[in-house]
Amino acid sequence: MAIRSKIFCETYHEDIKLLNTYWSKAWMGLFIIGLFILPFLGDTYMVYMVNLCCIATVAAVGLNLLTGFTGQISLGHAAFLAIGAYTGTILSEGLNMPFWVTVPAGGLVAAAAGILVGIPCLRLKGLYLAMATMSFGVMVEYVLITLKGVTGGERGMYMPEVDVFGMVLNTDESIYYFLLVITAIMIVAAKNIVRTRVGRAFVAVRDRDIAAEVMGVNLTLYKVMAFALSSFYAGVAGVMYAYVMGHIHPEHFTMLHSVEYLAMIIVGGLGSILGSIFGAIFIVVIPEFIKILAQTIEEAIPAMAGKYDDEWNIAAFGLLIMLFLIFEPGGLNSIWQRLKIGFKNWPFTY
Amino acid sequence: MYFLELLVSGIAVGSLYALIAMGFVLIYKGTGVINFAQGEVIMVAAFIAYYLTKGFGIPFLLAVPITLVATALLGAITERLVIRPMLGEPVFSVVMITIGLSIFLRSMAGIVFGHHNYILPNPFPVEPVHIAGITLSHNHIWSMGVAFCLMVVFFLFFQYSRLGLGMRATANDQDTATLMGVNIKRVYALTWGISFLVAGVAGIFLANVMVLNVGLAFVAISAFPAVILGGLESVPGAIIGGLAIGVIENLAGGYLDQMVGGGIKDVTPFAVLFLVLMIKPYGLFGTKEVERV
Repeated sequence: MAIRSKIFCETYHEDIKLLNTYWSKAWMGLFIIGLFILPFLGDTYMVYMVNLCCIATVAAVGLNLLTGFTGQISLGHAAFLAIGAYTGTILSEGLNMPFWVTVPAGGLVAAAAGILVGIPCLRLKGLYLAMATMSFGVMVEYVLITLKGVTGGERGMYMPEVDVFGMVLNTDESIYYFLLVITAIMIVAAKNIVRTRVGRAFVAVRDRDIAAEVMGVNLTLYKVMAFALSSFYAGVAGVMYAYVMGHIHPEHFTMLHSVEYLAMIIVGGLGSILGSIFGAIFIVVIPEFIKILAQTIEEAIPAMAGKYDDEWNIAAFGLLIMLFLIFEPGGLNSIWQRLKIGFKNWPFTY
Repeated sequence: MYFLELLVSGIAVGSLYALIAMGFVLIYKGTGVINFAQGEVIMVAAFIAYYLTKGFGIPFLLAVPITLVATALLGAITERLVIRPMLGEPVFSVVMITIGLSIFLRSMAGIVFGHHNYILPNPFPVEPVHIAGITLSHNHIWSMGVAFCLMVVFFLFFQYSRLGLGMRATANDQDTATLMGVNIKRVYALTWGISFLVAGVAGIFLANVMVLNVGLAFVAISAFPAVILGGLESVPGAIIGGLAIGVIENLAGGYLDQMVGGGIKDVTPFAVLFLVLMIKPYGLFGTKEVERV
């Protein structure tokens, strides 16, 4: 984080404030207004994409808390999304619960699962942890397919439309505001977590866990807390996903999806909330770009017509992970920071 | 008798897992990284062998060495293009790069080869072998033999050769190894080459036992439990882990499948993996890392 010139923080509290200048407050205000009028600017498909971005953002922020801030690699994030999504759907469809029960409940059940995974994983580090979380993901996928009575097995489950105090949100535009509010709450909460004691403890665990323990950070507590928080975010994202899609299926929560969330935080920037948002939007939107690109190529070169299929998206996605890791390990976030500093110090850019 | 049959076919499957696991262990021993793209290499190797024999009409015995050289080259190229720039970066980034590579290779293979099934010509007699009432295919016997031979070769290589020692030193601590005069660039290139070669061997055997299509790459994921069970840096561990997982999944499939209704075979190895990691975080034969601040 670069310090802007001519800003003097006199207290620690001022230094860690989320929005510390009038300009940043003004920009944030404009941004929020922009978000609210967004559905009037674009078509339904665009709003649908933005909805997907919101879901991905919540999930990516959660994964970044665990992997980016605490340094615990998880290859089973999609499993926690699945737990949240199925919990929400079961509560909503079977017991007719309103959204203010299903959303937190999905998060809490996922968090409980996260604690269950986190405790045995306390002794594991690095690659062994990645393997353990991956096998958890495989087991959850299996349970979802096998427990036909509860989860509907291969047929999946149907989620009723969300009902906000009598208002049924059955269009992409109306559910957009619902998702926006949840996403905003989750992001602000994450921002606050990482700037307080808990967040600093997470970073200490990531950088050198033994040293952190020596300095008084309770490793067990904070590692389990990181798991719980991250899976809570995943669970909430899962319920949001169920509401948007209306139908959930074990195929939506496979290992490839876990890798996708990892890709989001790598492309966006590990250990940065803003980076997770960038990464989530980037990974959700990039297939659309490839599709448009493929269409233009097909129009320009008729011989290429019909050559496009989903495989190209996946290939590009693998390539992107590699390119970002090699050439821009800080992710989109570090590009953004560089741009910002460049503008601020203009014309004295170094 | 049913039990014995399950046991033997489990060992047969396990020997294939052992072959795959060995590729993982080699890279881990040499560079301290798990290569998630191992399965894709297996699949690509199988396709190379297929095109050599079917496309160019090269006899199988000649096609095998060509395939192996090609995969070793692929390994060296991969190392140069993707892994070399990551020298000195945290392990996590390198592992993520291999995940990216695996996704990339798999979808490129999907684009190039399509999603239908191919049949690799089988060099072994189709007639299975009967030993004391138990039926085994030639393919499985050969893969067991090859896995065992490779194990001996690599054990000797790591224990006694200068290069093997250099590889172990690199995995242990990159910086110190460089300071001690180990040429870690060469170690990296060789490690990836050798490991891809082993994946090539596994690919040729697997393509004979299973159907050859792009999905062959997912075999590597089911071999993960074998690698972890044996311990990430133990070559004999890879063999024992592979055999154990093969037997366990076959027994689970044979006895539990009727009770829960299918699929238990694929998930048991992961459940075992999870349990093993809880009790022994470094697998059965892996060395415990001692950390100093």
